[in-house]
Amino acid sequence: MTAAEQKPNEQRIVITGIGLTSPLGDDLVTLRQNLLAGKSGVSPYNIRYVGNTLAGICEFDTSKHQTRKELRRGTRAGSIATYCCNESVINSGLDWENIDKSRVGIYLGVTEHGNVETENEVYELQQFDYDVSVWNHFHNPRTVANNPAGEPALNMGITGPHYTVGAACAAGNAGFIQGAQMLMLGDCDVALAGGVSESIHTFGIFASFKSQGALADHSDPSKASRPFDIDRNGIVVSEGGCVYTLERRSDALARGATMYGELIGYAINTDATDFVLPNPQRQSECVRLALSRAGLNADQISIVSTHATGTTSGDIQESAALRTIFDEHPTVHINNTKSFFGHAMGAAGALELAGNLPSFDDNTIHATINVDNLDPECALAGLVMNQPRESTSVNYVLNNSFGMLGINSTLIIGRP
Amino acid sequence: MTPAEIRDAITDILATIAPDDNVEEIRDDVEFREQLELDSMDFLDIVMELRKRFRIQVPEEDYPQLVSMSSTVAYLEPRMNEH
Repeated sequence: MTAAEQKPNEQRIVITGIGLTSPLGDDLVTLRQNLLAGKSGVSPYNIRYVGNTLAGICEFDTSKHQTRKELRRGTRAGSIATYCCNESVINSGLDWENIDKSRVGIYLGVTEHGNVETENEVYELQQFDYDVSVWNHFHNPRTVANNPAGEPALNMGITGPHYTVGAACAAGNAGFIQGAQMLMLGDCDVALAGGVSESIHTFGIFASFKSQGALADHSDPSKASRPFDIDRNGIVVSEGGCVYTLERRSDALARGATMYGELIGYAINTDATDFVLPNPQRQSECVRLALSRAGLNADQISIVSTHATGTTSGDIQESAALRTIFDEHPTVHINNTKSFFGHAMGAAGALELAGNLPSFDDNTIHATINVDNLDPECALAGLVMNQPRESTSVNYVLNNSFGMLGINSTLIIGRP
Repeated sequence: MTPAEIRDAITDILATIAPDDNVEEIRDDVEFREQLELDSMDFLDIVMELRKRFRIQVPEEDYPQLVSMSSTVAYLEPRMNEH
């Protein structure tokens, strides 16, 4: 029995709903089918100044939960969040009409927010010879850092706390952890927690990765995102969102809710060594801390969902970190979701976890695709390459998400 | 611009600002707010669109002139034709 499972049910946090949008589907069933089928979600994409490039694009029905006026006023991140929060609540089976909305909190991770809106507004301003009298009065509410959490709060009448957690590309895990902690503190009874990203709509992120030599390029879009492959050449930027409905296990049991998984352990730490370059020592410390808090040994983990983005050095560094912990345990399966649809930035951690949760039911581990020639420096004993793998049982998923400025995060989710 | 052209231009602006409403059915002598889902921020958008599209600056003391279609057309007609 893990440390988490020894706690009273009031202190145990479970997932009771999942709402998501991704380049491979707008619900968990579709996403899972496409991951098991080895399908790519990367498409040709064009954005101002940068021109033709590649991206993972979401095509969820924006009108399903928002009026056209809400869409006109709001941001893409707000729209993604509103879709995901609504879908998550529907999926949870909560009696939403009668629930006390002041006891619901929204905690969403974001890599960045405001770049898209500012770039658009400056572009518009340029058409008017920089006459700031045409600067949009919605600029401030669109670009405040809490916007992506505030829009679903407005849309759904949620009056508990709402805010975003800025945590670079570890944000999806960070939002999840924040929501769980607020439940443990009794700050709310339902936490809508996860991450969102609208980053494909800012040219700056593409241009910056390009300047850094870290923007993926390939004549075949489906082959562009290839973590661990020797010919990888960078990141495919994607948009997306994933919001979990989290509840205390006692509440979930009382209402007979379906549980997708339980939070068993988590950790966040910091490299404190570089703006961009990761530090495998700190990454391994983060994973070990999560395992320690969970009361689990490394060989008890069934799946390690890696962060690897397809950059030359980043994949090697994460492989080095994981090798020190898992290489003696080849039964621990290791996979990667970015190989399918790129890097969903603030949504990445939450989405990548979601795609692995159905393994608790089907005992199948989705692969990391596009590994045509494995980089020897990324060779990990349990790496599931190109084809899904069957397992006898899946009990614990360990989900890594790392980000710039050296933020590392690990979540461990157990079979409910 | 003729009054009819100004009316079309305003209708076009309203269609952008109130996309969930049917602006084709606006009655000219009834206040916009009684017919459309408009709030104060939308009203600022109308003023902004006039500034962007026609370079017309509507001072704050003149905002009450933009209360309905007929009053707006009457207010804008001399100003549109100055440009």
